[in-house]
Amino acid sequence: MLLIHCPWCGPRDEIEFRCGGEAHIARPADPTALDDAQWADFLFMRTNPKGWHRERWYHGAGCRRWFNGIRSTITHEIVGFYKMGETPPPLPDRSPASTKPTR
Amino acid sequence: MARFSIYSLARNAFSHHEKWPKLWRSPEPKPSYDVIVVGAGGHGLATAYYLAKEHGITNVAVLEKGWLGGGNTGRNTTIIRSNYLWDESAHLYEHALKLWEGLSQDLNFNCMVSQRGVMNLAHNLHDKREAMRRVNANRLNGIDAEWLEPHEVKAFCPIINDAKDVRYPIMGATLQRRGGVARHDAVAWGYARAADARGVDIIQNCEVTGLIRDGGRIAGVETTRGTIRAKKVALVAAGHSSVLAKMADIRLPVESHPLQALVSEPLKPVIDCVVMSNAVHVYVSQSDKGELVMGAGIDSYLSYAQRGSFPIIEHQLGACMELFPIFSRVRMMRTWGGIVDVCPDASPIISKTPVGGLYINCGWGTGGFKATPGSGWVFAHTIARDEPHRLNAAFNLDRFRSGALVDEHGAAAVAH
Repeated sequence: MLLIHCPWCGPRDEIEFRCGGEAHIARPADPTALDDAQWADFLFMRTNPKGWHRERWYHGAGCRRWFNGIRSTITHEIVGFYKMGETPPPLPDRSPASTKPTR
Repeated sequence: MARFSIYSLARNAFSHHEKWPKLWRSPEPKPSYDVIVVGAGGHGLATAYYLAKEHGITNVAVLEKGWLGGGNTGRNTTIIRSNYLWDESAHLYEHALKLWEGLSQDLNFNCMVSQRGVMNLAHNLHDKREAMRRVNANRLNGIDAEWLEPHEVKAFCPIINDAKDVRYPIMGATLQRRGGVARHDAVAWGYARAADARGVDIIQNCEVTGLIRDGGRIAGVETTRGTIRAKKVALVAAGHSSVLAKMADIRLPVESHPLQALVSEPLKPVIDCVVMSNAVHVYVSQSDKGELVMGAGIDSYLSYAQRGSFPIIEHQLGACMELFPIFSRVRMMRTWGGIVDVCPDASPIISKTPVGGLYINCGWGTGGFKATPGSGWVFAHTIARDEPHRLNAAFNLDRFRSGALVDEHGAAAVAH
């Protein structure tokens, strides 16, 4: 069970939310300039990292707004959440599996 | 390989069953192989077995970071069926089901295949129309499929709740009598034993940490037990496919999600078929040990942790209560999770890759177990001939560029 901190509503139970997958996949600025492979990359290809993941969340049973978060896909540890349009905070300087720095 | 038979059983009884041979060797990795299969789950072991059996390629290693059959092969709900809507899927899964039907004899290992019938319930008019369409599509593809009216559903599974005053009344079901269940562990063990007997090296506790390329071709793998060269490398790593593909700079259209299942305490025989429901979303069968085996949907977030959230379990047990109020006081014994690799079109990728000699079999999502023999069979063909078999030609990686998706979301008889 995850405790999600909605940037507008505060900490709420996971069941109020829906995870929207990888964040910061920007729609192509000039769609007509893309070939099929570039469209495939935008539409379907995903980073799917084993480690820290920037992802979108949707507060469906609350304010019904989208926001972003950073979470570990190994331990489910949540680093924090930030609003859409805000500058993404850097990823933690440590492996998700431990509390020690990576370097 | 010492064959199993009634005579070997009797012979070993005299030595108090203490002299059964090991099912497979545990060899040290050789410096090089013709083919390396990464991942010793059901699909990977089946691939190695059919490479040896159908194509005569026996200089093969199967590398496994943990123990064989310890991933999704040992974590699924063991259902086998082939009632898929689209032709491409129907042909692929039907090929697998035909292999299931002869698998225990072929492997000389009891896979406990039990064709007890799989029912997919319809709870509303749309379900009913979709289900009847699927029955007709299956029949056109030569796959057994029947439509059952509500009283026939009740006759086929007497403990089901057919009350009219429930939120989601049963309006009928599709039935595939040739569908059923198989013993998941036995499939991995049977394939491992049969592949090993044909010379395949199964190397456990050997994690692949890098893929070695030479020009545009694959040349081998780096592992926790040293470098192993190979002419061809086949990735069959389910939830970890993206991690492996990244080592060859390949991006995949898959995302890894937890999928949970659970079993109850053992009961006397109470349900002798498989019941699946889309609308209330649970699937239930009973194992030979008597446990009710249940599963449902994935968690919405990405994870490699082999565990999911409790509300998912709560939801599927709620669905189970809706269909089977008789289970209301049954205690649940164990829950667990596996990491499934979900494709955008809910169909697998069994394909060559942009790297020469590198092949990938992934994206099975929530429904890979039923395909195990067929998946290994077509993947072995793809690796041996360096071109896909007719049965898996549509399931290539390029379909995400070309747009020729095999969209089984909602069409495959289950929600994904």
